[in-house]
Parts: sequence; C-alpha cells; structure tokens
Amino acid sequence: MTDPKTLSPLDLETPDKTFLDANELVINMGPQHPATHGVLRVILRLDGEKVMGLECVIGYLHRGVEKIAENRTYTMFNPYVDRMDYVAAVSNALGYCEAVEKLLSVEAPPRAQYIRVILTELNRIASHQLWLGTHALDIGAITPLFYTFRDREEILKIFEKYCGARLTTHAFRIGGLQYEAYDGFEQDVKAFVSFVKPKIDEYEELLTTNRIWLERTKNVGTISGKDAIALGVTGPVLRASGVKWDIRKALPYANYKNFDFEIPTGQNGDTYDRYIVRMVEMRQSLRIIEQAVEGIPEGPIMAKVPKVMKPPVGEIYHSIEAPKGELGYFIVSDGSTQPYRVRVRPPSFVNLQALDLMCRGQLVADVIAVIGTLDIVLGEVDR
Amino acid sequence: MHDLIEYIQSYLSSNLTPGGAGNWFWATVYVLAVFVGLSVAVIAMNWLERKILAHMQVRLGPMRVGPHGLLQPIADALKLLLKEDIIPEGADKVVFWIAPFIVVLAAFTVFVVVPFGPTHAITDMNIGILFMLGVSSLSVLGIVTAGWASNSHYPLIGALRSSAQMVSYEVAMGLAVVSAILMTSLHGIGFYGAGDAAAGASGTLSMIGIVQAQQEQQMWFIFKFFPLGLVAFFIFAVAMVAETNRAPFDLPEAESELTAGFHTEYSGFRWSLFFLAEYSAMIAVSSIAVTLWLGGWLRPFPNALQGPTWDLVFSLFPGATFVFLGLMTFYNVARMPKHPLFKIQTIGLAGFGALLGAIGLVLLIPQVRVRVNDIFWFSAKVAGFMYLYIWYRGTFPRYRFDQLMKVGWKVLLPVGLGLLILTAGLGMRTEIWEAVVRR
Repeated sequence: MTDPKTLSPLDLETPDKTFLDANELVINMGPQHPATHGVLRVILRLDGEKVMGLECVIGYLHRGVEKIAENRTYTMFNPYVDRMDYVAAVSNALGYCEAVEKLLSVEAPPRAQYIRVILTELNRIASHQLWLGTHALDIGAITPLFYTFRDREEILKIFEKYCGARLTTHAFRIGGLQYEAYDGFEQDVKAFVSFVKPKIDEYEELLTTNRIWLERTKNVGTISGKDAIALGVTGPVLRASGVKWDIRKALPYANYKNFDFEIPTGQNGDTYDRYIVRMVEMRQSLRIIEQAVEGIPEGPIMAKVPKVMKPPVGEIYHSIEAPKGELGYFIVSDGSTQPYRVRVRPPSFVNLQALDLMCRGQLVADVIAVIGTLDIVLGEVDR
Repeated sequence: MHDLIEYIQSYLSSNLTPGGAGNWFWATVYVLAVFVGLSVAVIAMNWLERKILAHMQVRLGPMRVGPHGLLQPIADALKLLLKEDIIPEGADKVVFWIAPFIVVLAAFTVFVVVPFGPTHAITDMNIGILFMLGVSSLSVLGIVTAGWASNSHYPLIGALRSSAQMVSYEVAMGLAVVSAILMTSLHGIGFYGAGDAAAGASGTLSMIGIVQAQQEQQMWFIFKFFPLGLVAFFIFAVAMVAETNRAPFDLPEAESELTAGFHTEYSGFRWSLFFLAEYSAMIAVSSIAVTLWLGGWLRPFPNALQGPTWDLVFSLFPGATFVFLGLMTFYNVARMPKHPLFKIQTIGLAGFGALLGAIGLVLLIPQVRVRVNDIFWFSAKVAGFMYLYIWYRGTFPRYRFDQLMKVGWKVLLPVGLGLLILTAGLGMRTEIWEAVVRR
C-alpha cells in the first residue's frame, strides 16, 4: 500500500492511470454540502474510506473585493472589508484601518486604541465560539452549537449597541472610531466577561474529556510545525503545532504591548491541540479585555485625518492577528484618492492549502473534522 | 352470525395470545391495534424528540403549529405526503421503489411477537426472540438496496457503512441475548437469587416465556448473577443503538459527512417510510431489551412490595400518569399568553389536556385498569429507552467508522463471549450446588 502522503497532488485534467483501479473512488464533496462551511468544493480520492488525496476548488463566493478597492476611495472601501471574514468583521476592519493609517502616517488616539482592542478581542471570542459550535456539529455533537450561539449573542448585542450592526459592524474609521463608546459600555463588557467565563468551562465540560471527542480529534489532521511554516499556515493552527507565533506579540500592533497575556501552544499539531489552543485563546482574550476595559483613557477618538485622503505614493504591508491567523493588507498608493492596488492576505485562504496534507491517510470522516478545525470562512477564502 | 359472535367470544375466556389460540378475528384486531399504536408512538416520539432535544439545547423547539407545536408531526407528515416523488434518473427504479418497503416491513413485522402482556401479543412463537433478531436484521437488506439503487456515491458509502455496522453489532447483541436466554433455565441460589428450584427449569426462546421465567424466578435478569446480567444488558444497550443507526453510532446517515447517507436520494413519502422504520426499529429493539432484562410487562418491585395494597397502588399508575400529564397541560393552559391571538391555541391545548385527563380517568376504571396494567408498564419501560436515545443524541459526538468497528469487535465481542462463559459456568455451579443441597 502506498503511503498517501507521498503521492503527488491530484491532477484532475489527466487522471493518473495507475489509480484508476476498482479500489479508487473519486467523490465530490460540495459546494452544496452541509459540512464544508459554505461553498467549498473538495474533490476526494478515496481508497475505501481512506483519503488518498484531495483538491479544493474555490471561488464560488468570489466577489472581487480587491478589484472593488481600486475603484473606491480609501474611506469608501472600509465597509467592504467586513464582508470578507464575516464572522470576524471587526478584525478585518482593524487591519485595514491600521494599514491605511500607516500609509498616512497617523496614529489613532489612545482611547480609540483601547476600544479597538476591546471590540477586536470580543470579536475573536465570537469567532472562536462560532468555530467551536460548527466544529462540534461536524463531529456529530449537536448541543455545543446552541450553547455557543447563545453566548455569542451577548457579544453581538454589545456590537449592536455600539454601532448598530451585529455582524458586518463597520466599527472603525481610518484614524480612530466614528462613535464614542455608549454609556455603560464598560459595564456591559465587564458583565459579559463575568458571564462568559463559566460558559467556556461549560463548553469544555461537554467536550474536553469526552471519550468520543478525544477519539475523534486526537492524532487527526496532524501537521508538523515545519510543514505548517512551509505552507504559510498561521494562527491557532500554527500554534497548535508548537510554533509560538502570534503577531500580537511578535510584531505588536494597536496597543497590544500594553497588555499582559499568554500565547498558548500545542505539541502534536492535531485537531485536539487546535481545539485546546482556541479554548485557551478565548480565556486569554478575556484577560486582555479585562485589562483594557479597566484602563480606557479619556480623550479624543479620532486622529486628525484629512477629509479627502491622498496618501503619499508608496506601498505598505500591515498584518494583524485575526482569529484565524495572519490577516495582512498590502496597499499600493499612487497618490490619488483611490488605492492603486489592494491585496489581502487572508488567513483562511492560506490555511486551506494545508488541508490536502492534513487529510492524506485519514478517513472521510476526518476530512470533515479537519475542515472544521482549520476554521475557514469562505467569504475570506474567495474574497 | 351467531357462530361468528360465539367465535369472537370464545377467545375472551382463553388465556393464550390470539395467535396462540388461533383466533383470526382477535389476531386481526391485535395486528391493527399494534400498527395504529406504533404509528401513534412514532408520531409522539417525533414531537417528543424535538421538544426534549430542544430543551436540552436551551431552545423551545416547535411552538407554532398547534399549541406547543403539538400538531407539528402532522404538518410534517402532510408536507412529506404532498411532496414531489423524485426518483433519480440513473437509479434502478424497481429496487429504489422496493427498498423502503423492505425496511418498513422488517421494522413492523417484529412486533408480531412483542409481548405487551401475558396475553397481549399477536402471537407467542416458541422461537420468539430468534424471530425478532432475524427479522429485524432483514432491514439491513433494505438499506443496502436503497444505497445501491440510488446510483450515487454518498448513499453507497452510507449503505456499506450501515451493513458493516449492523452485521458486526449483531454478533455482540446475539451474545448478550444468549446469556439472557441461558438465565431462563438457570436458577441462582444464595447470593444469586431466591429462586425456587422446583419451578420449571427448562429454558425458553419465547418472548412471553422469558418474561414468565423472570416472574417465576422473582428476579429481572438485569439483576441476575450480579453483575453478569447488568453487563449483558449494557452490551445490548450499546449494540442496540448501533443496530438502529442512532447517535453516537449514526454513521450511515452522518449528516455532516454523507449529507444523509443511504437515504440521500429519497424524498417525500419514501423518505418518511425510512423515518417510520427507524423509529419503529428503535421501539422494537427497546422492547427486546425490556423483555429480556427489565421484566417485560412486570411491574417494578414485584417481590419486595407485595400484597393487595401494593397491587392497588401500582394498578393506579397508568391512570395517574395520564391524569398527571393532563394536569400539567392545564397548568400550561393557565400560563398561555392572554392575548386574543392565542385564543385558538389555548383552547387547543385545553382540549389536549382534557383528552389526556379523560384517557387517565378511563384507565382508572377498575375493569380497565386491570387489563391495561401490563401494557402500561411495558410501554413505560420502552419509553425510558426512547428517552435514552434522545439523551444520547443530545450529548455525544459521532464515532468514526473504524472506532465504531473497534468498539464492536474488540470490546463488546470479547466481553460478550466472556460473559456467556461466565453465565453458563455460574449456572452450572448453582445447578450442581442445588443438587448437592437437595441430597
């Protein structure tokens, strides 16, 4: 039996004749499939239930976000970034706003920075909660989904109170914030922190020591730190493989250097480690929020930014640690009001290319688990 | 005409099942009663599963169709009946058409021997338990044909998984059943039971016989040769979940992997047949478990709480349960919103409560309650299993295929074999012991 890990990538145009025996089955999973998190299409080559290789076909949700940017002013493009990773819209906006701010050489005032961090970390928790619910659902546990959605609702309520929108928040502006934090924002955030702490324990009670959960996730979709770096994988997936790389610590942006938090890492790089890493990350985010909400300074919320933005000619790459990994914006300015080119480095898109490697030699059921554990959002993969 | 009435009346004095007495009229009545009862049970189960699961998951479940969603299963059934009947173009039409019927047939036929009471069974075969296991495993045939005839990848994988799963868990299931059957002929003494050795020492495969053996030995088999009976029951309880393809062993229809497994290509009425079969199969295997280990129709504590007073108390249970449910309903009627828009809903709920209460009151009539007591206890025990099924579904993630096989072949099978040997050995020991004591 050949080791699937040594096989070449799937070539769909000219199928390899040596694999066309009766044992091989090529099946198409998606784009209409309950567990591919949207419109991901995966072409699987199976030997019985064993995955010999797979190929992702993407682009079903392509909206040309990067092209749209070329025809919009810098301010006008701001809401579009929310539509990429729509479960972590605040992070997208933070990355974009900071990139343009860097290009303009302005910095958001401290008060804005603090509120940005609070909202971004809240969004990280929301994103991880959504990931946990759907991941558990893919593995067959239907109950955690409802628990996580119940608690995510509290975060969305804070967003709604802050900016009127729940999902695509458009919370930040280039140079700071559009809205002052509403009265009672601090109390709401504090109440949420104390509300959600026992809830995270509750999720863990359901899963962390569950025998079936352990069997389904341990040694499933393993990826070594070396492979992960070679493939450009970032975020919790990389950290679960033992690589301590978090842009919040490595290349601090916003005002993350003011806060005390830890970067959880795993050892085995399997699905279970990624689960644990994300669970710890949620707790660490709560820690950051607790510190930030205590220290919100008084002051303005907008820096001095010209009404008509004309950044100097040049280019900038700025990346942040989105819930799913490194989210980078590469913006080229030609000195006009519109960017010459915007290129987004979405974490989901890059992480998705590890799917083939992680799934080889596993069973069909594991493909679902691995897609879930990669935590992809197709809006971000296709853009 | 007179002959006919005489024929009908002649059965009433017999203490056999209608099948055993060879009375066609009553056999037909029983068949219809079981069929209708089963259909009602499946409908009720549908509603209860949604509601119980919903409450486990901090949501309300169906609330719109009828008060508290009571009419939801009926609305669903209507929807399924009115849906377009799709047969995929590439499908093998005849096989595709037959498959759901095989499954339903297998699921319903097993109820021929299910003993709801000493005389409340359609018939009493001397190989009853064998018949049940045999016929219920026929349903795998329907599932495989359904998967094959669909001519599609996901159903095929689902069907193959299903057949492998059902076949391998039947082995463990069979071993557990055999150990229970052994117990019918073995009398424990001392710590292992207070049985009267003189009472019929021959084993039986008849479903009614097995329950009667538990009655004679004054011990449910779950407690016999403690903990052997308990372990056998546990093996069966695990295997029966796998056998009926329910969570956490619901791989054949693993929603997130295979969309819907073997019935992916089925829709409308044909799909509802699979649904019906799944739930009646759940009830069927639960009845086997109840019959073999939980004393079938026997009421709880038959030996500890004896005497006419206790008999009276326990015979009031069926009526009391329904009256209690009726009162609960009326409590919820009082809690309904007082808005005019809810008037119809409130009246409907009150009507449902009145119906439950009326059933409860009828069941309290002395002549009735004596007759329904057996059926009530049997159904109550089966209902307990149904609750377990829902509970599992709300709690467990799904096993992977190879892990499922590992549990079946590497855990349940060796334990089942060891159990069988131990049960037989222990039985031998007590038999020899008895012989020594008697001399």
